[in-house]
Amino acid sequence: MPENRPLLHATAVTKTFPGTVALDGVDFTLHSGEVHALLGENGAGKSTLIKCLTGAYRRDGGEILLDGRPIDPRDTLEAQTLGIGTVYQEVNLLPNLSVAENLCLGHQPTRFGMISSRAMSRSARQTLAQYGLEIDVTRNLDTYSVAVQQVVAIARAVSLSGKVLILDEPTASLDALEVRMLFDVVRALKERGLGIVFISHFLDQVFEISDRITVLRNGKLVGTQAIAEIDRTRLVNLMLGRELEQETRESGRTDRPEGEAMIRFRDFGRGGRIAPFDLDIHAGEVVGVAGLLGSGRTETAETLFGVTPHDSGAASDAGKPLHLGSPRDAIAGGFGFCPEDRKSDGIIGDLSVRENIVLALQARRGWTKPVPAREQAAMADEFIRRLDIRTPDAEKPVGLLSGGNQQKVMLARWLATNPRFLILDEPTRGIDVGAHAEIIRLIEELCARGMALLVISSELDELVAYSHRVIVVRDRHHVAELVGAEITTNNMVAAIAADREAAL
Amino acid sequence: MTAAKAILRRVAPQLLTLAAVLGLIALVHPGFFDVSIANGRLYGSAIDILNRGAPVALLAIGMTLVIATRGIDLSVGAVMAISGAVAAAAITSGIGLVPTLALALVTGIACGLWNGLLVAVLGIQPIVATLILMVAGRGIAQLITEGAILTFNHKGLIFFGSGAFLGIPMPVLIWLAAGLLVTLVVRRSALGMLIEAIGVNLRASTLAGINARVLLIAVYMTSGLCAALAGVIAAADIKGADANNAGLWLELDAILAVVVGGTSLLGGRFSIIASLIGAMIIQAVNTGILLSGFPPEFNLIIKAAIILVILVLQSPTVRTTLAFFRRDKASAEAKAETVIQ
Repeated sequence: MPENRPLLHATAVTKTFPGTVALDGVDFTLHSGEVHALLGENGAGKSTLIKCLTGAYRRDGGEILLDGRPIDPRDTLEAQTLGIGTVYQEVNLLPNLSVAENLCLGHQPTRFGMISSRAMSRSARQTLAQYGLEIDVTRNLDTYSVAVQQVVAIARAVSLSGKVLILDEPTASLDALEVRMLFDVVRALKERGLGIVFISHFLDQVFEISDRITVLRNGKLVGTQAIAEIDRTRLVNLMLGRELEQETRESGRTDRPEGEAMIRFRDFGRGGRIAPFDLDIHAGEVVGVAGLLGSGRTETAETLFGVTPHDSGAASDAGKPLHLGSPRDAIAGGFGFCPEDRKSDGIIGDLSVRENIVLALQARRGWTKPVPAREQAAMADEFIRRLDIRTPDAEKPVGLLSGGNQQKVMLARWLATNPRFLILDEPTRGIDVGAHAEIIRLIEELCARGMALLVISSELDELVAYSHRVIVVRDRHHVAELVGAEITTNNMVAAIAADREAAL
Repeated sequence: MTAAKAILRRVAPQLLTLAAVLGLIALVHPGFFDVSIANGRLYGSAIDILNRGAPVALLAIGMTLVIATRGIDLSVGAVMAISGAVAAAAITSGIGLVPTLALALVTGIACGLWNGLLVAVLGIQPIVATLILMVAGRGIAQLITEGAILTFNHKGLIFFGSGAFLGIPMPVLIWLAAGLLVTLVVRRSALGMLIEAIGVNLRASTLAGINARVLLIAVYMTSGLCAALAGVIAAADIKGADANNAGLWLELDAILAVVVGGTSLLGGRFSIIASLIGAMIIQAVNTGILLSGFPPEFNLIIKAAIILVILVLQSPTVRTTLAFFRRDKASAEAKAETVIQ
């Protein structure tokens, strides 16, 4: 097992952004000759921690010791020279340069002041041979597979840094064979005494390669454990933070509305994104969607809303076929959709709170029928009051508001269209506690008024609190449906972890 | 009232710049603001700026909308040449004024449709998509004029270049009317907001149900129409269609007018009025250099220097610095007030 003094020792690392605490006093220890997995859902603080370690962000508090010496990298370059190298999911090398040039970029061997391409190729070949890779290093990087590019990126990072290697979702776009090849490289580096931080959403891979794991949630450290001492169910529990808030309801709501479904989806799916599923939506019902990141939750929502139109199955509305080929079709059918990534898919940052609220309604009315200015102002003021949106006035650009208030503006945009079916993808992610409670209360209120909601959330307690039904998604399939009293965090965790457990 | 005040606040920097440029010209050329009437038409250097600036002003109207969608239209100069050629060919073939105008304008709209399809349907980057027509357009125009300058003598068509109505030159009336019309259509309907929305965040706008594809195509078609109008004026002015030189490099002046007008190349908030003032600033600089009697070799360099000063004053860095000083002063005043109380 690792020697006593840790290679990298971070204590109480804290990083705040306006409106949120992204990292709250997180400790992290990495020994040499160790593969240490860093786990957590989106927004848990993994990437923020990595960025603090590599100098991409300046931390607000805490201490980082490398080999026992305190370090404070100002940028990634400094972290690199100190010994911390990073390889990202999208290989950040230059695809139009040769493999050798990519390996040697910035420190090319020179001869009489000129770059010696022969020496460069030779050293590149030698470097890659250590990784069991024998390829033509003079060919452009983009002529090789992502896996080879990944290894080249690792080779570059190791040759530049050589102490700590951070792999940020390196396997996301690799097939099984390529993962094997990558893991061989990682094991070889481990033998050489490097400390490796491994980030992945694939639990199988985490269990295969890691020695220890650290779980983050909502910017806080949940725990660090040796891989031998933990099983999958326990790990999923830690990641989804079930044990933190036990005071909430034990099982889902049983006051499920009776009668005919409002909208039926049959055999509804989209190749490569979500396998065909059946789904009935009743008025006044909250359907929760549970699953890990990348399991097909967001894909379900985007297929329902026509963002990536379905290519199998059909939807019907009280027996009549419902065409859902685009978001416009979905909106015409009375749908609304608050996407997970508010910044890129939701808000129009430079436009005012008022304009953002009116937008969907205006788009539906068409450009020739503008919502009168007075009506716009009244509508904005009403939603600002009703949803308690904290903004000095309705003309403030929405990009300047905090995450929770932006989320409320998104909700207001859809409520203004008076939808009958509202899809919310992670409505409470990345927002402060107060806004969090208000949004949950709003979900319950809308449901009580007869709206149908589909809510995707990583917070299982939250799903238990408001769902009449929960769909569990795994590996892009709808694998289970829990109704009423069956909805417990235990059952959800079991359904999410089921197959993986069996595979073990 | 408040709306008028908001517009005034928006265009204040452009108005001040224009006033400064005009003031400078008046210094070196004392008779600058003199206006005389001859043959029922106003003459004078100031009128000349309004008149000569017509093509760039018209192009700037369409360009403003395109840039607001985070696009750019490099083809407008070439589209001017095409519609000028079409107008000249049509009028010399003797089909009459109204069909000629209709043909020229429809040609411009068709060019815009082509650009819009490339951008909105095929998803080609606007700068590349419109570059195609920028290069090919002059070739098309040359094919129409068969390589020569196609001259015409039709009084009605020439009227659009050198005629006057109520003493005001026709080109001035046309760009003023076009600017007013487009502003009204865009601001009285919801178009303005929808265009700004897709310029700021295309994906989010599509998810909110905006038909971004149709809107983008419409915007490029508007730009094509504006370019066609400019092309007809330019051809009428010289009584002929010059496929090689009509509208040459004017796309760059139009982009500059929009930028000087304060609309960001990153899309979003736009102001057509500000762009029109920007076009007049550019024309004033052009005319001013000629009037001041500098050797013509210096023209381009002086123009570049003046534009550079204008843009530096509008740059985000300088603006935040200025705002910082202003806030400092304001807070100091506020402090003084509390002390008094």
